[in-house]
Amino acid sequence: MTEFFQSLGLTYEAAWAFATLSGILLIALPLMLAVAMIIYVDRKVWAAINLRRGPNVVGPFGLLQSFADGLKVFLQETIIPSAANKGIFILAPIVTFTVALAAWAVIPFDAGVVLADINVGLLYILAISSLSVYGVVMSGWASNSKYPFFSAMRAAAQMISYEVSIGFILICVVLWAGSFNLTEIVNAQRGHGFGLVNGYVFNLLLFPMWVVFFISSLAETQRVPFDLTEAESELVAGYQTEYSSMSFALFWLGEYANILLMCSLNTLLFFGGWLPPLDVDLIPWFDIPGIVWFLLKTFFFFFMFSWVMATVPRYRYDQLMRLGWKVFLPLSLLFVVVISGWLMVTRYGA
Amino acid sequence: MIQTIAFYLFAVLVIASAVMVIMARNPVHSVLWLILAFFNAAGLMVLVGAEFIAMLLVVVYVGAVAVLFLFVVMMLDIDFAELRAGFVRNFPLGIAIALVLLAELVLGIGAYQAGNLDLGTPAGDAAPMLGESNIENLGALLYGKYLFLFETAGIILLVAMVGAIVLTHRPPKTQRGHQHIGKQNARRPEDATVMKQPEVGKGVEL
Repeated sequence: MTEFFQSLGLTYEAAWAFATLSGILLIALPLMLAVAMIIYVDRKVWAAINLRRGPNVVGPFGLLQSFADGLKVFLQETIIPSAANKGIFILAPIVTFTVALAAWAVIPFDAGVVLADINVGLLYILAISSLSVYGVVMSGWASNSKYPFFSAMRAAAQMISYEVSIGFILICVVLWAGSFNLTEIVNAQRGHGFGLVNGYVFNLLLFPMWVVFFISSLAETQRVPFDLTEAESELVAGYQTEYSSMSFALFWLGEYANILLMCSLNTLLFFGGWLPPLDVDLIPWFDIPGIVWFLLKTFFFFFMFSWVMATVPRYRYDQLMRLGWKVFLPLSLLFVVVISGWLMVTRYGA
Repeated sequence: MIQTIAFYLFAVLVIASAVMVIMARNPVHSVLWLILAFFNAAGLMVLVGAEFIAMLLVVVYVGAVAVLFLFVVMMLDIDFAELRAGFVRNFPLGIAIALVLLAELVLGIGAYQAGNLDLGTPAGDAAPMLGESNIENLGALLYGKYLFLFETAGIILLVAMVGAIVLTHRPPKTQRGHQHIGKQNARRPEDATVMKQPEVGKGVEL
C-alpha cells in the first residue's frame, strides 16, 4: 500500500504513515461491524438452541438489533460512582478496547494481507493478550466495590493460568512450522496431511493440542463454561457492575473483538488460515479468494463458541484451576517434549 | 524521521512514567506507571531491532510479574504517612546511591567515547548470523556457545520454584472440608438422581 501512496507523489515516510493509518482503519472499522453482527449471531444461535426466536424486531430478521443496542447505550448517561478512583475507572474500558484491537495488527487475512508482517507475530499476540487482563483488574479495583473486585481477582488468576498452557501449545505449532511469523505458519500447513489436506489439525500429534487450545481460548476470553468473572448468580455482572453507557459498551466490544481474535487464531494455527481445506484443485478451490476461507473458518469457530455457551453449565472455580494447572499444563508440556523429539528424529535427523 | 519521533516518544514516556512511579501517592497508580514504563522500554527495544527481547519483556514482566505486583499492592492496606515518615531519614542514603550510579554511567560512557574501551567483535560461535532473525541468532547463541550456562540458569530457576512451593505448602491438618476431585469426576447422574414418573395425585415414595 506504501507504493500506492508513493505513486500519488508523497515522500516514502509520508506514504508509509498514510498506508499504515489506512491499514489500521481498514482492519478496525470492518472489525467493529463484524463485532456488531457477531453479537447478533451469538444471540440467534443461543435462541435457536433454547428453542426461542432471538432478536427479530429491529430491521429484517432483527439484523439491526446490535446497532439499536449501541445507539441506546450511546445515549445513556455515563455514571461514575463517587467512591471510584476516577482516572483508572475511565481508563479501564479504554485499555480493554485498545488491547483487543491492537492484536489484530499481525493477523494475516490472506496471503500478504497483513498490517505488520513481523518475525515475532505469534509472540506479539501472546504479549498483547497477556495485557488484556489489565482492563479487567483495573476496572475491578477502580470501581471500589466488592463484586467487581472479586471478579477482577478471578479474572487475573484465570487468565494467567491458561496463558501458560496456551504458550506451550503455541510452542508446539512454532516447532512444527519453524517460524513465529503467522504467514509462514499458515504456508507451512499447505498439504500437511499426505499432501492432501491443509491444516495442522489433521496431524495426530497436534490434534490434541488443538482441543486443548480451543478450551483454553474459551477460558482466556472468559466465555461459558469459564465465565466466572461475570458469574451473574454470584457477582451481579462481575467487573462491569459499576459501568454504564459507553464505558460498558467498550468492554462489550473489546470482549467480542477478543473472542473473534481467538477464533481467527484457531483458524490460523490449526486450520490452515486462508488456504482451502483440501490442497487438491478438483473444483475451483483456489479461485475462491483466501479471505473468504479465512472468514468462513473464523465464523465456524465463532459458531462453536456460541454452541458451547448455549449447552455447557459454568465450571466451579476450583475445577477451573484444576483443569488449567493439573490437566492442561502437564499435557501441553508433555506434547512439547514429544513433538520436539519427533521432529528431531524425522526432520532434523537423529 | 519516524524512528526519531518514536524514539523520543518512548524515551520521554519511560522517564516520565519512571518518575511517576515514585511520585504517585497511590501505590496502585505507582504499579500502573511502572507497567507503562516497562511497555515503553519494550518499544525502545523494538527500535534497536531486538524485537524478541521486547516481546519477552512484555510477556514476562508486564503480563505476569506486574500483575502479581498489582495484586499484592491492591490487597495490602498500606499506610502512606508511615512510609513517608522514613523519607528524610533515608534521603542521604538515596542520594549516595544515585551519585554512585551517576558516576558509573559517566565513567563508562566517558571511557567508551574516549575510545579506551574496546568491546571487540564476537567471533566463532558467538558471531552473529547475518540475515537471520534475532530469534534464530539468540537461539544459536544460547543453545550453542552458552548451552551449559543456559541450562544452569534453568536448573537454578527450577530449584527456586521447588523451594517456593516447599516453603508455602501446608499439608492439610484434617480431612474436613477437602474435596476429592476424583470421586466427584467419577460420579454419574445415575448415582445421584432417580427418574420417576408419578401418576397425577399419587406422589412419589422416597
